[in-house]
Amino acid sequence: MSSSTFSSMNTIKSSCFTTENHSLNPSSIIPTSSFLVSTHKLRFNTPTANSPPCFIKNRQTHIVAVSDVKQKQLKSTPSVGNLLITKEEGLELYEDMILGRTFEDMCAQMYYRGKMFGFVHLYNGQEAVSTGFIKLLKQQDCVVSTYRDHVHALSKGVPAREVMSELFGKTTGCVRGQGGSMHMFSKEHNLIGGFAFIGEGIPIATGTAFTSKYNREVLKQADCDHVTLAFFGDGTCNNGQFFECLNMAALWKLPIVFVVENNLWAIGMSHERATSDPEIWKKGPAFGMPGVHVDGMDVLKVREVAKEAVARARRGDGPTLIECETYRFRGHSLADPDELRDPSEKAHYAARDPITALKKYMIENKLAGEAELKAIEKKIDELVEEAVEFADASPHPDRSQLLQNVFADPKGFGIGPDGRYRCEDPKFTQGTAHV
Amino acid sequence: MWGIVRRRVSSASTLQRMLYASRSFSSAAKEMTVRDALNSALDEEMSADPTIFVMGEEVGEYQGAYKITKGLLEKYGPQRVFDTPITEAGFAGIGVGAAYHSLRPVVEFMTFNFSMQAIDHIINSAAKSNYMSAGQVSVPIVFRGPNGAAAGVGAQHSQCYAAWFGSCPGLKVLCPYSSEDARGLLKAAIRDPDPVVFLENELLYGESFPVSAEVLDSDFCLQIGKAKIEREGKDVTITAFSKMVGHALKAAEILAKEGISAEVINLRTIRPLDRATINASVRKTNRLVTAEEGFPQNGVGAEICASVVEESFKYLDAPVERIAGADVPMPYATNLERLAVPQVEDIVCAAKRTCFRSV
Repeated sequence: MSSSTFSSMNTIKSSCFTTENHSLNPSSIIPTSSFLVSTHKLRFNTPTANSPPCFIKNRQTHIVAVSDVKQKQLKSTPSVGNLLITKEEGLELYEDMILGRTFEDMCAQMYYRGKMFGFVHLYNGQEAVSTGFIKLLKQQDCVVSTYRDHVHALSKGVPAREVMSELFGKTTGCVRGQGGSMHMFSKEHNLIGGFAFIGEGIPIATGTAFTSKYNREVLKQADCDHVTLAFFGDGTCNNGQFFECLNMAALWKLPIVFVVENNLWAIGMSHERATSDPEIWKKGPAFGMPGVHVDGMDVLKVREVAKEAVARARRGDGPTLIECETYRFRGHSLADPDELRDPSEKAHYAARDPITALKKYMIENKLAGEAELKAIEKKIDELVEEAVEFADASPHPDRSQLLQNVFADPKGFGIGPDGRYRCEDPKFTQGTAHV
Repeated sequence: MWGIVRRRVSSASTLQRMLYASRSFSSAAKEMTVRDALNSALDEEMSADPTIFVMGEEVGEYQGAYKITKGLLEKYGPQRVFDTPITEAGFAGIGVGAAYHSLRPVVEFMTFNFSMQAIDHIINSAAKSNYMSAGQVSVPIVFRGPNGAAAGVGAQHSQCYAAWFGSCPGLKVLCPYSSEDARGLLKAAIRDPDPVVFLENELLYGESFPVSAEVLDSDFCLQIGKAKIEREGKDVTITAFSKMVGHALKAAEILAKEGISAEVINLRTIRPLDRATINASVRKTNRLVTAEEGFPQNGVGAEICASVVEESFKYLDAPVERIAGADVPMPYATNLERLAVPQVEDIVCAAKRTCFRSV
């Protein structure tokens, strides 16, 4: 696919997302047995005479999975009404993607200069997914990520200087240097991590979506409609927790969107070698939710799909599984020599760089001029430089930070030899945590 | 004084028992089973705080695999007491995610053996999160369920997890024995802002203990991190938790007849361990026997012995003694199972050894 696909408009048929079954005729389905998954003894599930038995009601037979986004050819002179974004939106998307790319490039530089250490996983090439999804969210909406979380944090609104300080291990970092590259949290921006184990974030994300529903229905907070996005990779889609959560999210119609960033490689294991059926979007309908495949190198296509999925979740219609075909330009982490990937594959995707594509779209459709975009790039360069300076100048954590925040209630450290709680001793945090 | 505790002997098929202790709370010296204590604690906490919900396998319609959550579904509805599919990793993670957002889940594992499927979430997502997020995200979750050996359930259903969870920073690990412990510690656990692993014992569910009016009060909470001296003594200190407290008390009775006065400490909390109480006791009696059901290597007893040797070495008159389960997967045959779990005689012999009496 060449970058000329940007000149055509891409839409999703909204019926793909509907799972309501208006034409279902119970009598045409298998007649119910009196004991097959019968719920007549349950206290909270007594079927009435007119409603179909529970197990039929829950079976979705009309899920449509879109194998690719439908395309519609534009007229030769596009008018503003045909465009997918306004100028402001376009500039916002562009700035966010440039921020992601510049930041990650700076991380690589800093790592090789020894300012950053440990495991660092960069997001170059995948910016369209983060920007396309996260820029649609409200502050209360949650994002749950993996170890490849710097750009998710930036898109969600965590200041670049806080992320950079965190990577340098300084106390001004977003989690005071306690988390590092793989564990970015921000309660203010509802970035719920940053998890090192693949698949670990998916049940957590399902839990935050569950909270949204609980707050609305049990705690009667009628305006609570926050949506959760769970980002994870192709390797995770073979993990048990992923399937467990697809089941429960669909079962309880939780307001969550499962976003698969399929970059075809899990460290050195290619997706084809690891997966019996590599088309991940198909796993959605198996659990009763729509499964959508989208070109993850195209921020506008991602954004269109995301709009529909987030709206669906917010309405209370339940989860969606979205597979974004994307690619990481760098290795799995900065320690990965990246020898197994074919150079021609890398070149193919480099030609589909999402930033270049958006730039071209905006210039061709006269949404912005070259100078404006250059100005944004310069601004971001300065922002990231400033973030590095800030991080460099920030102090390392104080020794007393070692024992802080292990517990929300530090009485959890127990009672000392003098009979009082250890945490009540003012010199406690000067210790070494050896009890 | 807890010298003599009246107990009803539990039958082998506790799971089948629908008859449990009567619920008459009108007379002065009340008795309550551990099952009722847990049920009433959950009930009272749930009625006071609508952010508390219970999730797990069979907690709702089935009334609880061991009937601990009996009656809660009718009272609070299926949104606060809900049955999950058999997906420990998934639903433990969902509980943690909800706790990140200030709900207070009580996650039930049918037995703690199944917690191994979810252990990533207990340790990595729950225990470590407050630290990794520098205090931004606290996790007020309780993981509870029966722990340790039951009767004839085989190797995969009999392991004790106190030592494993007890070694992890960021967790609080509680282990009740009596009904008073069960009520007070479960309430404290639910109210606690940190992740708590609450290890019950299936064989204790049906046992009855006397409870005072103070215990029945809806605000009754026990202190986390404080052990209880169940029986005072001056010759040897016996530490125990969960079912072993009962064995230790029986052993103390037997020892008393032979002129050895044993002090029995009910640990109540495995993490943080109440080293102060244990050491104070050993400094008084000069002898230590630790009793636990779990495997001996790296067990709770090993930690207590190390702590006492480090802090009270000069006070010891005899080598420390550890009584633990046998270092084998739990066998099924009744006579072999009996050999694999510590019995009262083992504690008596150990105590006598520390007193240099012939066994």
